[in-house]
Amino acid sequence: MLTTANGKIRLQTLMDEQDHVKKFSWKIGGEAGFGIKSAGMSFAKCCYRSGYHVFDNTEYPSLIRGGHNTYQVTVSSHPVHSVDEHIDILVALNKETVDKHQHEMTEGSAIIYDGDEFQPDVVFFRDKKITLLHVPFKKLSLEACGTEIMRNTVAMGATMALIKLPSSFMEDIMKEVFSHKPAVIESNIKAVRLGYSFIEEHYRDADTDFKVSLSVREKGHRMYVGGNEAQAIGAIAAGCNFYSGYPMTPSSSILHYMASKAVSEGIIFKHAEDEIAVLNMALGASLVGARAMVGTSGGGFSLMVETLGLAGITETPVVIVNCQRPGPATGMPTWTDQGDLRFILHAAQGEFPRIVMAPGDIEECFYLTVEAFNLADRYQMPVILLSDKTLGEGVGTVPIFDEKKVVIDRGAFIEDGKVPKDYKRYQVTENGVSPRTFPGMEGGIFCGNSDEHDEYGYSNEESLNRIDQVNKRARKLEYAAKFLESASVNLIGPEDADITLVCWGSPKGVIVDALDELPLRVRKRFRVLQIVVLWPFPSERVKSILEASKRVILIENNSEAQLAGLIRQMTGFDIREKILKYDGRSFFADEVAQKLIRLKCL
Amino acid sequence: MAMQFVKGPLDTNHNPTWCPGCGDFGIWMSLKNALLELKIPPHKVLIVYGIGCSGNMTNFVGTYGWHSLHGRSVPTAVGAKLANKDLTVIVVAGDGDGLGEGMGHFIHAVRGNADITYIMHDNKVYGLTVGQAAPTAIKGYKSKSTPEGIIEVNANAPSLAIAAGCTFVSKGFSGRVSHLQGLIKQAIQHRGFSLVDVYQPCVTFNKVNNFPFYNQRIYDLQQENHDTSNRLKAFEKALEWGDRIPTGIFYKDESRPPYEDHLPQEQGQPLVVRPMKKRSLSHLIEEFI
Ligand SMILES: Cc1ncc(C[n+]2csc(CCOP(=O)(O)OP(=O)(O)O)c2C)c(N)n1
Ligand code: SF4
Repeated sequence: MLTTANGKIRLQTLMDEQDHVKKFSWKIGGEAGFGIKSAGMSFAKCCYRSGYHVFDNTEYPSLIRGGHNTYQVTVSSHPVHSVDEHIDILVALNKETVDKHQHEMTEGSAIIYDGDEFQPDVVFFRDKKITLLHVPFKKLSLEACGTEIMRNTVAMGATMALIKLPSSFMEDIMKEVFSHKPAVIESNIKAVRLGYSFIEEHYRDADTDFKVSLSVREKGHRMYVGGNEAQAIGAIAAGCNFYSGYPMTPSSSILHYMASKAVSEGIIFKHAEDEIAVLNMALGASLVGARAMVGTSGGGFSLMVETLGLAGITETPVVIVNCQRPGPATGMPTWTDQGDLRFILHAAQGEFPRIVMAPGDIEECFYLTVEAFNLADRYQMPVILLSDKTLGEGVGTVPIFDEKKVVIDRGAFIEDGKVPKDYKRYQVTENGVSPRTFPGMEGGIFCGNSDEHDEYGYSNEESLNRIDQVNKRARKLEYAAKFLESASVNLIGPEDADITLVCWGSPKGVIVDALDELPLRVRKRFRVLQIVVLWPFPSERVKSILEASKRVILIENNSEAQLAGLIRQMTGFDIREKILKYDGRSFFADEVAQKLIRLKCL
Repeated sequence: MAMQFVKGPLDTNHNPTWCPGCGDFGIWMSLKNALLELKIPPHKVLIVYGIGCSGNMTNFVGTYGWHSLHGRSVPTAVGAKLANKDLTVIVVAGDGDGLGEGMGHFIHAVRGNADITYIMHDNKVYGLTVGQAAPTAIKGYKSKSTPEGIIEVNANAPSLAIAAGCTFVSKGFSGRVSHLQGLIKQAIQHRGFSLVDVYQPCVTFNKVNNFPFYNQRIYDLQQENHDTSNRLKAFEKALEWGDRIPTGIFYKDESRPPYEDHLPQEQGQPLVVRPMKKRSLSHLIEEFI
């Protein structure tokens, strides 16, 4: 363990035994409109293509111009699922970046900045042995293209030179990014090269304390993708052919992706007038046989609530993604939180079954979305996927999605031409599931009814019918629960661990990263219980795991420990020790470790 | 009071539950007759109903039905139509439903021009919730929710539709079933969003705008050489209210293709009829390498 100048714990060692880089973090900061995100993603992609694992996080206020934006990339020689709290290289496109992030800098780190524009406060940096590298972003940008617009690109070139990756990786990315604007490819490549050679000419690593240098490795069977895109690809893989949406940060990139693929993949994409329309359109499409998905964040989901109940009572399959951000109301649009769990579990009046699942990393974003469609069809109910800004807008390296693992199961439905006489859409069955027909099929006529209804779907308020239909719908959830049992939780780590860390959603990735950094003998004392299926709650599984645990600590990105409450409600098990964070930021691995030290676990 | 009906091909095992003499009966008959005359098989028809007395029709028409939420029938219909363009998709909703909670959806659906037919029951009250003023109520109308008379001016579906770019705008009267039937037929045949707004007396709660009221005032635009291609004229007619009240087709524009025609992925078979095969992902993954 290393300690940084501000006394915080740093778990990782920068270098491994062979003096190769193990893990480091890079951050670029500047005003919104400076091209922070595109620069960040380009850098991350270069590292990925050079054979490293990466995970990215972007911080930005809800503004289009101005305001402080950052993009951070944590680069590692082994799988990584979260960004680090500390920075080894800071690319500062303005002074504010240095002022705001100097406390995150590690011993021996470097700052790349344009000394023609501002001077960092040198006294502070000398103490921390931070290498200050002046690169004239503006001057070189002017030289490359005649305007200041390529300052970020110059900075990318400089970074590549600093960590000794070949410039060609970045140049290739420029060619791809601007393939639709060939006229600017050349000037962008020039900007990369000017930044690159400036560092090569002016910087001698022997003279400084900065030690990060990368060698190109085997790329491996990986891809570099965001959580939201992973969900969208999962939907496409599952055969989704209808997506309606309304933009809401941090879910919008699902919408953007689906819109961009609508024509080529044969998907009806509809940007609707509001989220109420969004979900009703999706139900209309699902009613007639489409596989429909919608995506939103908490505010949009709030508008969908009444319609969620309609999906429940009409037994209409639909997949809903809620990419959480801090609420209530508009809250903190561009930040992260896990505050919607209880809301999602109880949303809408009345009682009806629903399935709620939460991916814990980008890979799970893909596979759980595929599964969500099958569950929705099989049990004829809404399936809600709960992610958050950390995962949804997080981008990272994951094993390439395996389409061989994708199975399409449309559940019980009757084929056209084979509809039995006296067909009953809501027939009371043993497991509660009644085979569907779709409008257009002869003999299959029914009414999808918002009112309580009889087996044909016609309004019926009789006591016995009501009880039958309520029970029928409820039985579907019991049926689903049996099927979901085995995949409902992930238990990571040794069975005889001293401490069980309980989580759901994105903190899983952080916890796994934190444990990965611990020496084996310490790591062996921990295991992680990730609850994947939050409803139907896997009560028996969770109860037996927790009761067999010596010590249990909950880690959640909200202030009310909502999962702990749910666990107590469903199992009677009271988790006393909790690590909570609710400032709109996700946990950092180092931070989790620090909290565990405070709880005397380490 | 239970009434007995002779069952026709589009009836269900449920008899209407409307008050005797309600204007909903006329719309019900006109709709069924229109479908029969057009020879559209019932399984090719999806009717999306709102919530209200009007929406209760869900139980009395033997086509595929969807009894939606209050105000939300229009987007449901749009979603269904886009997913299966071969279906005849019709919306049946009240004026409270369609112009209160559903006002936004209505205007946006008009903008999109998806090929659906919207039959709106204009009774100027909320029938099912026992008679409060609907957005269509005439200024000054007294009801349980407006005991001193409604302050707002009335919402007028045809004029809103014309303003928003609706490609088929009409008004019928449930007291003239064969005329209404003709409107519904033309609306269904029209490719694009068609509005059939219907004066539908609520005999129980609206003591002003009843059958005699309309019988004395309405006339048929098509008997008076109204030019249905003149949008400004149509707008003027849509606002006409007084001793003479127009019914018939206000406006018709056959030049604007429906929403679904704009989508390359909608060409050929309807979306839901195509086999749902596993898609190959390699070309998508390529972009993330
Ligand atoms: C969200 C919601 N709000 C309120 C209601 C109660 N409600 C049921 S029908 C209705 C009004 C019906 O009026 P209208 O749409 O004009 O139909 P009518 O009964 O006159 O045919 C209302 C307010 C509801 N069902 N849902
Ligand atoms: S309350 Fe009015 S609208 Fe409703 S059924 Fe009776 S007469 Fe018809």
